[in-house]
This record gives sequence, C-alpha cells and structure tokens, in this order.
Amino acid sequence: MLWSALTLQLGYNATLVTIGATLLGIAAGVTGTFLYLRKRALVSDAISHATLPGVGLAFILMVLLGGDGRSLPGLLLGAAISSWIGLLCVNWLTRHTRLSEDAAIGAVLSVFFGFGIVLLTVIQSLGSGRAAGLEGFLLGATAGMLFNEALVIAVGGALTLVAVVILRRPMTLLAFDPEYAAARGINVARMDLAIMALALAVTVIGLKIVGLILIVAMLIIPPVSARFWTDRTDHMVLVSGLCGGVASWIGAAVSASAPALPTGPIIVLTSFALFVLSLLLAPRRGVLAAVIRHRRFQRRVHLRQGLLALAQGQPIYEAYTMRLLRRSGLAHADGVPTDIGKARAAKALRDETRWQLVRRDQAFESAAALYDGLRDIETVLTPDQIQEIDRRMGGPREVTP
Amino acid sequence: MNVELVANKGEVPAAPLPAHSPLAIRGMTVSYGQKPVVFSVDMTVVEGSMTAIIGPNGAGKSTLLKAALGIVTPLAGQAQVFGQPLKAARHRIAYVPQRASVDWDFPTRVIDVVLMGLSRELGLLGRIRGHHKEKALACLARVGMTDFADRQIGQLSGGQQQRVFLARALAQNADLYLLDEPFAGVDAATEKAIIEVLKGLKSEGKTVVSVHHDLTTVRSYFDRVFLINTRKMAEGSVTEAFTPETLNQTYGGRLATGQIDQLELAAG
Repeated sequence: MLWSALTLQLGYNATLVTIGATLLGIAAGVTGTFLYLRKRALVSDAISHATLPGVGLAFILMVLLGGDGRSLPGLLLGAAISSWIGLLCVNWLTRHTRLSEDAAIGAVLSVFFGFGIVLLTVIQSLGSGRAAGLEGFLLGATAGMLFNEALVIAVGGALTLVAVVILRRPMTLLAFDPEYAAARGINVARMDLAIMALALAVTVIGLKIVGLILIVAMLIIPPVSARFWTDRTDHMVLVSGLCGGVASWIGAAVSASAPALPTGPIIVLTSFALFVLSLLLAPRRGVLAAVIRHRRFQRRVHLRQGLLALAQGQPIYEAYTMRLLRRSGLAHADGVPTDIGKARAAKALRDETRWQLVRRDQAFESAAALYDGLRDIETVLTPDQIQEIDRRMGGPREVTP
Repeated sequence: MNVELVANKGEVPAAPLPAHSPLAIRGMTVSYGQKPVVFSVDMTVVEGSMTAIIGPNGAGKSTLLKAALGIVTPLAGQAQVFGQPLKAARHRIAYVPQRASVDWDFPTRVIDVVLMGLSRELGLLGRIRGHHKEKALACLARVGMTDFADRQIGQLSGGQQQRVFLARALAQNADLYLLDEPFAGVDAATEKAIIEVLKGLKSEGKTVVSVHHDLTTVRSYFDRVFLINTRKMAEGSVTEAFTPETLNQTYGGRLATGQIDQLELAAG
C-alpha cells in the first residue's frame, strides 16, 4: 500500500496530492531557509494565521456576487490580501511602537485568527450549506483535490522558486550583514518585504494541503534540519528544499496509504523525523558526532597530559589517564613508562616546545591557529618548516630509528 | 565654538559642497528617538588622505558614517560622494562595518564573504567563475588570510574576522574606504596587517576614513582627524586639529591630563 503510494500508483487523487505536496515542500524548504537565516522564521506564523479572515471575506464576497464561494483562486487571493495586511501590521508595530517583533507577531496572529474564526462561524450559521469545506483551510483538506487546484499549487511553487533564484544573492547578503547590504545600495526594508512575500506565497498555496496552522512547520523545520548538514548557504538552500520535498512526498504517501490519516499533520511529522535524524546523525554538527568528538578529544587530552607528565617525571594522579597509558602499552601498572612510552613522551615534549616557537612567530599564523595542545605538528607543518624550527630550538636532533 | 544651526526652510547656511571631495557632508543631523546623536555636522574629506573620526563613546562617530551611506535615515542634511549624489556614486565606496554587527555562526565560508564584495560585478544571476575566485583569493592574500579561504567564518578569531571584512571591501575595488572601528578588539598582528593595507590604499591614491578609538596611534596611522561629539569639534590635519585643546573640547575633560601629556610626548 505505502509502496504503491510512494510510486504514485494509488489512484488519481493520491497522485495529485503527492505531487502537489512535494512541490509545495520544495518551495517551502527553499524559501524558509532565507526566513531562518534572517532570523524572522516566526513572522511566517503571523502571516499564516492572518490568511483566515481573507478566506472568509473572499467567500462572502463571491457568494454575494452570485458565484461559487469555494473557488480556490478566489479564496487564495483573499487569503493573500489579508495576510499581506497582517504582515504590514507586524512591520508597522515593530517599527513605530515600543513593541518588539515577537509581541507584534503574537498580537497580529491572534487578532486576525480570531476575526477569521468569527467569519467562518457566521458563514456557517448562514446555513447555505455551501460553506462546507472552509474549515479545511485550518488543517488542510486533500480529499477530493481537483486537478486545477493541484495546478495552482504547482505554478505558484514554481514561480516562488524562480523568484528565490533571482533574489538569492541580495537575500543572503541582507541576512548575513544588513548594514553592509544597505551600504551597497540594497533597500533593506523592501528586500525584507520580498522575503516575507515569498513566505506568504508559499503559505497561501499551501493552505489547501497542510492548512494555515501547520504551514509554518514546512517553512521552519527543513532549514533547521539542513543547517546540521552544511556550513554553506547555497548548499543549505538545496538540502532544505530536498528535506521539504522528501518529507512532503513520504508524508503524503503515508496518509494516502491508510484511511483517515490527515495529510498535513503527517507531512509535518515526517519532516520532524528528518529533523531528528539530522540532529542525531549529521557529521560535525550532529549530536552523536559531538559526543564522539568529545570522547575522542578527552582521550587525546588525557594521553597527551600523561605523556607530558611521563616525559618530565611527574606523578600521574588521574586514574583514567593511567588506565589509558597502560592500555596503550605506554606505561606499566606502577606508573613507570615502557620503552615505547619513553619515546612517545620525549616526542610529545619536543612537539610542545616546537609549538611554542610556532605560536610566537607571525610567519606561522595559520598553523598556530590550529594549536590545541594535541595536534601532531607534522600534520600542520612541512618537514622543512619543522627542521627550521628545530634549528632555532637547538638541542638534540631527530634520532633515526 | 561656532555652531551652525539649521536656518529656515531646513537649509543649512553651510559652506558650499566642494565638487571633488570623495565625501562631503553638510548639515547632517541624525537622531534616535528624540535625542540627536549627530547634530548639523559638516565634514569634508580630502582626496588621498587617511582620516580618523575621533570622539567619546556615543558621540555619533559610527552614526555619522552610517548616515553618509544611507544606512540610517538622517533628519536633515546631505552627503555627496566625489561630487555626485550618493546614489550615483555608491559603487565607489567600500564600507567595513563593525565586526560585532553580524552573526558569525552564519553558514558561509571566508571566500563566500569576500565574494560578496563582487556582488555588483556578479549581478543577480551571473555565475561565480574562476577569475572571480582568483580575485577574491588575491584580496585575501593582501590581508594574509589565503590559508583560511575554505574555513567556516565561525572558526575565525576576532582579528581574522576583521581582516576578512577588509578583504571583502578590497574586492569592491572602490576609491573611498569607510571603516567602522577596524581595530576594535583585534590582536596586534591584525592591527599591523590592517594598517599596512590601509597605507597601501593611500599610496595608490585612494581615500580612507576610519572611526578610531585609540588616541595613542592617531599620529602614526592617520594624516587627518575629524573630532566629533554630537557636533563637529575640529577637522584638519593631525598637526592642526589633534591638539590638547581640541581633545579637551571633544572629550569634555573626560581625558585625564596625564593621557593628553602622553600624546604630546608621543608627538614630540
């Protein structure tokens, strides 16, 4: 069942939803990266909640004009307009009052959402029965999704991606260094609005699939996961888009393969699973890597300190150090170094002296920056450089074995 | 002291804008809230000079630079760059912001930061090609940071970060360099490297303006000074304008007499 869903063989509706969700996930992951880098991820929460009154008002307006109140483009247009107003409110409150951005977000989010709920309730009490489905925008409603609706999502997602490609450099510059960006002639306020407009576009086209309450997760979780895997902005954008796309694809397939599993929430949970995997497994920035690195580092520190103590004939009090030295065959149980231990200890002491010279000499700056008390000096300097240092040190030369 | 107050219609009865000064500021007033930080300040930078902007904390040194660059919006006043409005000549300015103004955990490498200096050349969609990279590496070489090109910026020391910022400014190949406290919190080696680069720029005929904190190095690093404490206090060559009187005026007695004596000795 799940396999046929993943390979798009589970019927027309499931296929439409899966493709639409994947495109949305990619667009959200890519766009969300810039929100995250600009440290304004939460603004998307205000944007998404502010769509609701627009949906209600658009419905009422379309019914009054004698049309079908549920036409998706009309509802999305209403959502876009009201969330744009919500966004401008957040910006205005932040700039012209003493409210900080988080307070402004909270105020706008709750007021707009409250107003939207009132509108939905009024529409329902009008009782035409045609209102059915509007509450689907809260958490997404993918059952019975039409081809046209999927097309709206696909086109919207593609346009958003094109805009991101065009604006990627100024957006990155602004996120990293707003003052420098302004000095280079980038209109900071306008570029910020552009980033928000992209997030808004993703929010609006995502209403149908994941709904306005959870769309923020699609904008935030993928970039946060991606941050674990890379230290480069361009790579982060790609990884984030990949995370968003994969999570949406798997999530949509899972929800299609079992009855009564809601699409949006399942996508968010899948995305979260990817986040947990990234958090644990990512090389360098992941938790496991950090634990292993710490353990190794601790081991090296103890070994090094033990060797330096042996070299200088000092007693070793720490049991862990002693155990390490003994296990590595560098010392006997009574703390007396073995022959290998003596050699390694002498080398450790000489390396330490070499390092002190390197760190004092400006010519070796980039090498000196790598000093951590542990690194073998051969991994940093060429044999010629080491010879040069040894010449300055004086004392006994390297003994050929 | 002669204070030039804003006259009617918001016009400032100040000296006319010189046509060829790399940076001419007239009647610049900036306030945060209701408190003016920079008040009706005129400044005329001399081409090919190295100018230190000096003044106590909160005197508006950085703000003056930011207002001249349009990073903050002034209440009144204008700035001209090489005789042109800022917009037309912005590309001739390279700005080095304070190191502390950015998040150094940002996912980017040293070379990427320097490439940001080439953004005008690259445009929105241009691909980064080999010769762009070579240019960026050459700028890194000028500040002695070639070996660091591929490191994540978070792994750099404060002085190294500052040099990367300078390399980014060099990549712009500008004519006027505006630096905001480039020596704040950097090691002695970095200070030496930076001042050598700046002096090199001067010898190429470029103009350097830098917010500066350390009064003891003013004479050896700069040839002109601009003293500010909300209002302009003095402007001119180091010998004319960097005197115990102007310093006392600017710092309002916050400098101990001993400090000023030391500066005098350094001059002697």
